Amino acid sequence: MHAAVITFPGSNCDRDLVTAFEKAGARVSRVWHKDTELPEGVDVVGIPGGFSFGDYLRCGAIAANSPISRAVVAHAGRGGYVLGICNGFQVLTETRLLPGALMRNAGLKFICRTVELEVATTASAFTSGYQTGQHLRVPVAHHDGNYTVGADLLAQLRDEDRIAFRYAAPVNGSTGDIAGVLSENRRVLGMMPHPERAAEEAHGSTDGRQIFAGLVGALTAA
Amino acid sequence: MKARVHVMLKNGVLDPQGEAVRHALGTLGFAGVNGVRQGKVIELDLAETDPEAARAQVARMCETLLANTVIESYTVEIA
Repeated sequence: MHAAVITFPGSNCDRDLVTAFEKAGARVSRVWHKDTELPEGVDVVGIPGGFSFGDYLRCGAIAANSPISRAVVAHAGRGGYVLGICNGFQVLTETRLLPGALMRNAGLKFICRTVELEVATTASAFTSGYQTGQHLRVPVAHHDGNYTVGADLLAQLRDEDRIAFRYAAPVNGSTGDIAGVLSENRRVLGMMPHPERAAEEAHGSTDGRQIFAGLVGALTAA
Repeated sequence: MKARVHVMLKNGVLDPQGEAVRHALGTLGFAGVNGVRQGKVIELDLAETDPEAARAQVARMCETLLANTVIESYTVEIA
């Protein structure tokens, strides 16, 4: 399985994401935001957390319009897998690969702590290694994680079983306590919590590891 | 030709920052502030000289980058 991890100016979780993919058994290429193409044969693109372009204009907005993002949208259009974490999730909503928007946390504070997540669906390569309803301990670190969708879209996401993770208790005001959502084809996942920071014993939790292991397993078998 | 873009959260989208400003104004003794909405103003200096062409060009910029039309609306002034 071949993963590509993108670095934008201001990305700061790119190395952690590379390590998480590598420890799960993936071959990883690192890609710069000005690149116009992904390396040949990439199965999954990882868009890391951080503060791409200093969060100027809106979080993720400028990254979503950078040269590599056009290649990521094309990759997703071909049925390729994409995992966007934190700022990566913001980038994915800005590219419209995922619905909704991430607004300022309802309490207006930057939130940096480990939260309890609930696995809402196991029907994806990202979550197939978990049990529905399983609780995970994964850190969040964001100022704009308040996932906002209208009532119609929320109903659609529920009907289509596209909510991947929920916060077990309210964290940032997000609609339906949504922490992560899947695309219609279930191959693009955006989530605010950082599974790459809950992937090794030294992190204090290894609950996020299965996302990477699941992806490598699904894409290596295929 | 100059253009000025106002970007605001759409009506119905809760604005936590506006709400915090409203609360702070109340604390400072400014009574009767029923609501505050916070947005942004973006000024552009354009090479285009035709107002209608400039307006169309700026609208495309708003749709592509300057506003997130999922949650924001925009208005364009040309001067």
